[in-house]
Amino acid sequence: MAATDLLRRLSALLGGVLGGLFAAGGARALDLPADNAEAMFHSYNGGGVNANGPALLVRKSIADRVSLSASYYVDSVSNASIDVVTTASPYKERRNEYTFGADYVYRDSQITFGLSSSKEPDYTANRYSLDISQETFGGMTTVSLGFTRGSDQVGKHDAPEFADIATHWQYRVGVTQILTPRWIASANFEAISDDGYLGSPYRIARVFGAAVPERNPRTRSSRAMNFRVNGDLGSRDAIHLQYRYFWDTWAIKAHTVELGYSRYFGDKWLADASLRYYRQGHALFYSDNAQTETTYVSRNRQLSTFDSVGLGAKVAYTWRKVPGRYEVKLNGGYEYVRYKYSDFTDIRTGTPYGFNAGVLQLYVSATF
Amino acid sequence: MTPPKRLRRSPQGATLAARQSRIRGVRLIGVGVLAMTVLLGGCAIQPWVKPYERERLADPIMAFSRNALPERHRDHVRDVREGARGATGVQGGGCGCN
Amino acid sequence: MNMSLHHRLSRERRAAPSSLDPHGGRTLQGSGLGALLRGTRWVLCAALGLAAGSALPVVTPTTLAPDFTLRAMAGPNMRLQEQRGRVVMINFWATWCGPCRQEMPHLNRLYQKYGASGFVLLSVNVDDDTRNAADVAAKLGVTFPVLWDTDKKVSRLYDLATMPSTVLVDRDGKVRYVHRGYLNGYEDTYEKQVRELLK
Repeated sequence: MAATDLLRRLSALLGGVLGGLFAAGGARALDLPADNAEAMFHSYNGGGVNANGPALLVRKSIADRVSLSASYYVDSVSNASIDVVTTASPYKERRNEYTFGADYVYRDSQITFGLSSSKEPDYTANRYSLDISQETFGGMTTVSLGFTRGSDQVGKHDAPEFADIATHWQYRVGVTQILTPRWIASANFEAISDDGYLGSPYRIARVFGAAVPERNPRTRSSRAMNFRVNGDLGSRDAIHLQYRYFWDTWAIKAHTVELGYSRYFGDKWLADASLRYYRQGHALFYSDNAQTETTYVSRNRQLSTFDSVGLGAKVAYTWRKVPGRYEVKLNGGYEYVRYKYSDFTDIRTGTPYGFNAGVLQLYVSATF
Repeated sequence: MTPPKRLRRSPQGATLAARQSRIRGVRLIGVGVLAMTVLLGGCAIQPWVKPYERERLADPIMAFSRNALPERHRDHVRDVREGARGATGVQGGGCGCN
Repeated sequence: MNMSLHHRLSRERRAAPSSLDPHGGRTLQGSGLGALLRGTRWVLCAALGLAAGSALPVVTPTTLAPDFTLRAMAGPNMRLQEQRGRVVMINFWATWCGPCRQEMPHLNRLYQKYGASGFVLLSVNVDDDTRNAADVAAKLGVTFPVLWDTDKKVSRLYDLATMPSTVLVDRDGKVRYVHRGYLNGYEDTYEKQVRELLK
């Protein structure tokens, strides 16, 4: 009798302690993501590439337990980039991407399941992902884990005999921590592994001045660490700071620094400004004009040494608002980016390549 | 006469010993976790930002992610042009856009 | 809160059975084994360089609800002690908290149903901006008194662990039920407990 009584009390204590550790304060509930809908027109223009199209997103919660979301994204690409112009001929292409997601909330945990499928005439990419996030320490700390698996089918225009696959695994872990009533920070780590055909069947590399099809490794493993801090500055404005360090088995090392500022103007206007600096070192087998024979060789400027500076501005106007019911906002954003390559030359001029790009986003967002 | 269990050198014996040590290891980790839980459960670093003090943090401008679509697009634009990827908080899809 | 009040509360908690204690009678905290565990915990915490604390909530069932006076949105200031003799539900909410807004219509219904039978609902708002909060309260159509706690004194007094928090006080001014957070279905529990206290 006494033994079982003691056992019961010990288990109650342990339960209490564990409960206290993970949910200081009782049956807290995470909020399901708010119902919302977004419709966007996006446009990218730069370096001879023009990619624009619409995008739609709808999210709705069912029975206060599950939140379902679906989105549709179209990229109409008109490609006359330097690679295309110097080694092939300009082309037009359309890519469709469908995404579905389901979020389930139980007390302090949120489980998100996602599916995504992207289709273009010569490439199909499918992803499925699982993310779990858990609020701990009185809601001040949120720990999240995520996993994505992707499988792609690579094809080539007018070459039905070319068929290859690529598989991807992504592992994410992140911590968000409330520092003070006005500051919040987060740290994220993501490891991505790729396997299969990781290049482009159209891209040419240069060896001893001659054009050869590029040869990429069939595996790549990368890591990225991202640190972010948001702070409220007291006059209805906030500052955002972000730093990311990336490194991978192709010997690419990249740094990203981003600074952002948001401010409310009056009742209806919200403006954001951002400045982003990105710098990367080249991949081990990258060469603008290889002077040796190596197993792998690539002239993909995405793998070269370059840096980019982006300046962005965003504006949001609250068109209709009924607090607690719905809110409709009209938004527009533009980012101007300057890319400067150190070891990729424009063979038309013989000088290192550089170009400017503009990214435009116009969208309507509604929460209800 | 059978040799004592400790000295058995057969393949089954080796794996049995390995399994036993693994089980012991797991038990040790389990006890360690339990001890740490009891320990830390009683240690008091109480949450220092109370729920009623989180008004500023609940504002949309303090969120790390505001609108999913434009962020996914911005992330995609950068993924295509840059060698670095990941850890941005956007669970992106793939594409053959390189 | 001074130390004597703290000691009085912990003594009361050990003496009377708590509605949150699944076993009834004395909890483990009060027994000798509990004292031993507490001591061990203290030593281990000190070894880690942390202070060993006892997370003893101020507002627990069977303690007297701490008294407060707050400015009301409409009408004169309201004091908790003046509501003795009536069943009081103190609901802490904020405009930026989703579940708080969700439970407002249910609280409104409760107030309108039992208001005449000696039930009073004091909703304490913890927003910094009272004008915006009044706006939201009006849009949600609340009919019960809304009190302003902009300096968070009462929130601290009641040591709120979640938003929203609901405290049910009986006719003698004693805390009977504490609800943390709001999930769908809680309003039925509220109604059941209010009816029980009104008897």
